[in-house]
Amino acid sequence: MAEVKLMKGNEVIAETAIRCGCDGYFGYPITPQSEVMETLMLRKPWEETGMVVLQAESELAAINMVYGGASCGKKVMTSSSSPGVSLKQEGITYIAGAELPCLVVDVMRGGPGLGTIQPSQSDYFQATKGGGHGDYHLIVLAPASVQEMSDFVVLGFELAFKYRNPAMVLADGVIGQMMEKVVLPDYTPRRTDEEIEKQCGDWALTGKKNRERHIITSLELEAHRQEVFNEKLQRKYREIEANEVRYEMLNCEDADYVFVAYGSTARICQKSIQLAREQGIKVGLLRPITLYPFPTKPIADLCSKVKGFMSVEMSAGQMVEDVRLAVEGRTQVEFYGRMGGVVPTPEEIVEALKNKFSI
Amino acid sequence: MELNDIIKEENLVLKKSRLLTDNVMHYCPGCTHGVVHKLIAEVIEELGIQEETIGVSPVGCSVFAYNYIDIDWAEAAHGRAPALATAISRLHPEKYVFTYQGDGDLASIGCAEIMHACNRGENIVVVFINNAIYGMTGGQMAPTTLLGQVTSTTPYGRDAKLNGFPMKITELLAQLDGTCYVTRQSADTPAAVRKTKNALKKAFQNTRLKKGLSFVEVVGTCNSGWKMSPVDANKWMRDNMFKKYPLGDIKDV
Repeated sequence: MAEVKLMKGNEVIAETAIRCGCDGYFGYPITPQSEVMETLMLRKPWEETGMVVLQAESELAAINMVYGGASCGKKVMTSSSSPGVSLKQEGITYIAGAELPCLVVDVMRGGPGLGTIQPSQSDYFQATKGGGHGDYHLIVLAPASVQEMSDFVVLGFELAFKYRNPAMVLADGVIGQMMEKVVLPDYTPRRTDEEIEKQCGDWALTGKKNRERHIITSLELEAHRQEVFNEKLQRKYREIEANEVRYEMLNCEDADYVFVAYGSTARICQKSIQLAREQGIKVGLLRPITLYPFPTKPIADLCSKVKGFMSVEMSAGQMVEDVRLAVEGRTQVEFYGRMGGVVPTPEEIVEALKNKFSI
Repeated sequence: MELNDIIKEENLVLKKSRLLTDNVMHYCPGCTHGVVHKLIAEVIEELGIQEETIGVSPVGCSVFAYNYIDIDWAEAAHGRAPALATAISRLHPEKYVFTYQGDGDLASIGCAEIMHACNRGENIVVVFINNAIYGMTGGQMAPTTLLGQVTSTTPYGRDAKLNGFPMKITELLAQLDGTCYVTRQSADTPAAVRKTKNALKKAFQNTRLKKGLSFVEVVGTCNSGWKMSPVDANKWMRDNMFKKYPLGDIKDV
């Protein structure tokens, strides 16, 4: 029977990792997500499931440990927050270039630089447009509740292995720190060597036995061959875009205006919708669940039915660019955001909507 | 006696390890990498651990090490091989995991990774080729470049005021409690090659005994980077490198 608990978002990441058969976690402390590793160390999953948990000397080392573990076909992950995720970009692009599955959790805080430790969504570009060097994408899942912190660890691993591509859970400090009721998944045992062989046997490092040697690399000195590889990657991204878009719509049936918001901002917008409707303004919400692939078509389909969209973010306006690309000038697109770790209130979002659309 | 009478199995005194692939090595004639590759292949073959060994290659001249030794390999980002090896070893505790790194990779950009892998006592082997230069990028200064040594980024010779001092990383690592065996060898004479092979074998045996991290430095030549003939490079190495980087075991517990 499913277990229901009251937990912090960060704790749920750790708990779900253990329960979903994760083989290894490699991390480095950073606020506001340190509870992930703290929870794991307290739980000692190596005694329970055999899961490896290691505090690395840096975010760079942690992501490269993930690279090593992923090379073996293991279910491995790391977590961090914005400045730490910047450091991880090196390893992430290698993992994408070597086509390996892994999970990276980013609990965003305000930037740039050392920034603040309060919640932010200003790493949308970094998460969805690649982040490191080269043409690649992560599969980016944006939880808006503690429950989704749990659900998306499971889903993130599933998609990462399905496409042999790194997946990211892009949360913000609110989701990481807040406590909510969560239904935890039942235990799934870690895969056996035989199961890993079955799932990843044609590429993983398991020791060269009765087969050609496996080489995990992202290096190809011959430009034309590297282009062919890039074309293969792009075909994979097109497939992901065709199959994996996830989003949620709320009150859009009769809406004149639609908020586009993800993560904790989407939660705040739910209250804004209620306040706006009390004032007779029909507003809905489109919440992207996958930030990459972005729900372009659902937004495009709404264009003829609404008077405009307003992207609400804890950033200077990042996701709004993807909204504009989806809308292609067919209707008005506005943006409202707070920066540096400041969380917008439901009231100010409604005011912004009224101002920008002269309601 | 005809030549063909001599070419017989029983007269064979040397043969290529079956773990060395037939790929043509990209290394310059005179380079130490080829010799060390051969030794690693021989050691893995002799210990019978081909199916259990996973190598991690670096960035630098030996980035393509995976083309030459017939085992499973991961190719790391510059300096990060010990981080990959850490995870591979911890997730596959029964496997033999080694990194193969040059001086720029290990002692410069990867300084933190090697330091902490050693300090944690990861049950792996690290093979460190020190030729005091960045070979692949065209002969720039490395942390181990000697004072006065001319490289493309120290065109007037390495100056301590400008560039700091040659780094004895191996001695530093020997200070860490996680290392069980730290040695410095060379491959410039048949005797030295045999010693290096013994050191490598001991290192892999330490993995079997789960003793911690074994670190084998091989002082080598980069005659192309040093702008010398292979013969002159060996002489220069003996006259200069061995003084700063004396050969022998530094730690064996």
